[in-house]
Amino acid sequence: MKVSATKAAVAAVALCLSGTAAAQKVVISIESWRAEDQAIWDDLILPVFEEQNPDIDVQFTPTTATEYNAALNARLAGGTAGDVITCRPFDNALAMYNDGSLEDIKSLEGLSNFSDVAKAAWSTDKGDATFCVPMASVIHGFMYNKDAFAELGLEVPKTEGDFYAVLDKIKDDGGYVPMAMGTKDAWEAATMGYTNIGPAYWGGEEGRLGLISGKAKFTDDGFVEGFRQMARWTPYLGNGFQAQGYTDSQNLFTLGRAAIYPTGSWEITGFQENADFELGAFAPPSKDADSNCYISDHTDIGIGMNAATENKEEVMKFLAWTTSAEFAELLTNAAPGFFSLSQHDINVENALAQEFVAMRGQCEATIRVAHQILSRGEPALGNQLWTITANVINGSLSPEDAAKEAQANLDGWYKP
Amino acid sequence: MFAIYPIVESLRLSLYQAGEGDGVFVGLANYARLVGEPYWAEQFWNAFKNNVLLFAMHMLIQNPIALALAALLSIPTLKGAATYRTIFFLPTLLSVVVVGFIWQLILSPLWGVTPAFMNWLGVGSFFKPWLGLESTALITVTLISIWQYVGIPLMLFYAALLNVPEETIEAARIDGLNGWWIFWKVKLPLILPTLGLVGILTYIGNFTASFDLIYSIQGGLAGPNFSTDVMGTFLFRTFFGFQAQLGDVHMGATVASALFFIILIGVSLYLFGVQRRLQRYDH
Repeated sequence: MKVSATKAAVAAVALCLSGTAAAQKVVISIESWRAEDQAIWDDLILPVFEEQNPDIDVQFTPTTATEYNAALNARLAGGTAGDVITCRPFDNALAMYNDGSLEDIKSLEGLSNFSDVAKAAWSTDKGDATFCVPMASVIHGFMYNKDAFAELGLEVPKTEGDFYAVLDKIKDDGGYVPMAMGTKDAWEAATMGYTNIGPAYWGGEEGRLGLISGKAKFTDDGFVEGFRQMARWTPYLGNGFQAQGYTDSQNLFTLGRAAIYPTGSWEITGFQENADFELGAFAPPSKDADSNCYISDHTDIGIGMNAATENKEEVMKFLAWTTSAEFAELLTNAAPGFFSLSQHDINVENALAQEFVAMRGQCEATIRVAHQILSRGEPALGNQLWTITANVINGSLSPEDAAKEAQANLDGWYKP
Repeated sequence: MFAIYPIVESLRLSLYQAGEGDGVFVGLANYARLVGEPYWAEQFWNAFKNNVLLFAMHMLIQNPIALALAALLSIPTLKGAATYRTIFFLPTLLSVVVVGFIWQLILSPLWGVTPAFMNWLGVGSFFKPWLGLESTALITVTLISIWQYVGIPLMLFYAALLNVPEETIEAARIDGLNGWWIFWKVKLPLILPTLGLVGILTYIGNFTASFDLIYSIQGGLAGPNFSTDVMGTFLFRTFFGFQAQLGDVHMGATVASALFFIILIGVSLYLFGVQRRLQRYDH
């Protein structure tokens, strides 16, 4: 018995040795919450990198989005997390960096390919460390039913005036719900409503950075105007919008019953599968013909290095590759709607994605107003905006009072 | 062991605040925050108020309906009692998630049958998105909960009513009482202990079970504008965090402990105030 056990052990060791000898590959794995992109990474993105770096084997090992943060934190604490970590923007990744879980990668050369706004999402407040390579953003705007617009003889609106004129025409015709949005889940109201069209009134980055530096307040006219616009949306929403959730809105639009859907580019893949009419996109309307339009080009996904990894060199190689034009193009076209944050010239193939990406050329870019720094209070401002925007649309809170509540939140804890 | 340890541990957690390692001992400071700081106090009292309303509505609507149905079911001459019993109890067996989903669909202003059905009856103009209005959301959720759970008090009452000895009823009948008075004067006093039991079960269920249904119908934010927020959903948001809000284990434990004390106080009041005065009739 004893002899055979020893033999088996020797055989096993021998097997292991021969295994490493044959492969001589370093395996690095990627933590991500984009489980739905598994095939995209396995079949389209990673093979390209592995071909150029035959000694590195990269594996994409995602977790379900809702469990990602909790599961990743547990794995980081237990020392079993992957080598490469997909980063959520702002405070979430910042907390990981402060815990020492993410490596500072500011020295990475390729980072110069990204704008400061993009890097801000994964840098410390002072900007002395950057811990993730900005990967992709989602662009907010409106999608519309091209068939419905053709049927009613409507033009894509450019200004606030055009926008409401179009909505009025759709409402008068009565065949379509003018705009598919509900207030039941609250986040749509703030994300697709307030932070979507608001930047035109508070001047995008100027207003957002103003709030952070203390020069601007929510009670300033620009921010209040955003809430006033929300109150103006109410008559154009479907019957019973108070009990209409996010998936209800999605279905209402893809079934062809609504003409306009305030949304973001992340819906592109799903909507093109489900809708059997032509989809188009337009940017949030500008204040008037003389003003700029603003889009929320929200920094959504970054990619960084687990500070505890044993393969620092290989991970750095991989991260350097994610700053390249090649990666940017692969990603943008494999997952339409998630746009590379790099400043490389990228050829976007998906027609609807092209319409979104074209907005970058026409409009000034900003990000969701409450995401950076401002959401550290109780309640998190980002969450509070959901509830108060929904209340404004429901008519239970006036735009002025909504602005006061948001400002009171900041006054309660934030010292610029 | 499995019940006591978590309770003690969450009581302990509620006395600490986040800090070095295991946290910093702060005594009752978290409780002071819970009722003192406007942000916490507002949510706490709102959730508490909704729980009290929920309890009152269950006592005033669910339990009388259950008692009435049980009284009807226990009439010996009733045909098909077993069938009715099954029908009334059936929703209780359904998963809360299924119930929440079904009712959300039924009441949906977009796809639900309710608007069409009300139009057909000619009262379509009275239709409202009840689950989405601050004024009606809580009562709508309560009615759904009653629809689902009326079977449990019904069964308890029914069992108690069947236990009332035949001779007692016979004697009352000979004394000249009709069915109505027999119920009020004979049967009801005999099942009083069950009434108390159902009351206390409703009280506890209203603080613990209400979470499932509200979370599945209205989500973690217990909308619209927190009008259906109860202690359970408040605890959930505080402990686990919600979207941009990071979870706070210590405040979460504080809410949980407050909930524990509220239930404890309620149950003690019942035990010492009511239970002791109740007489059990020997039959």
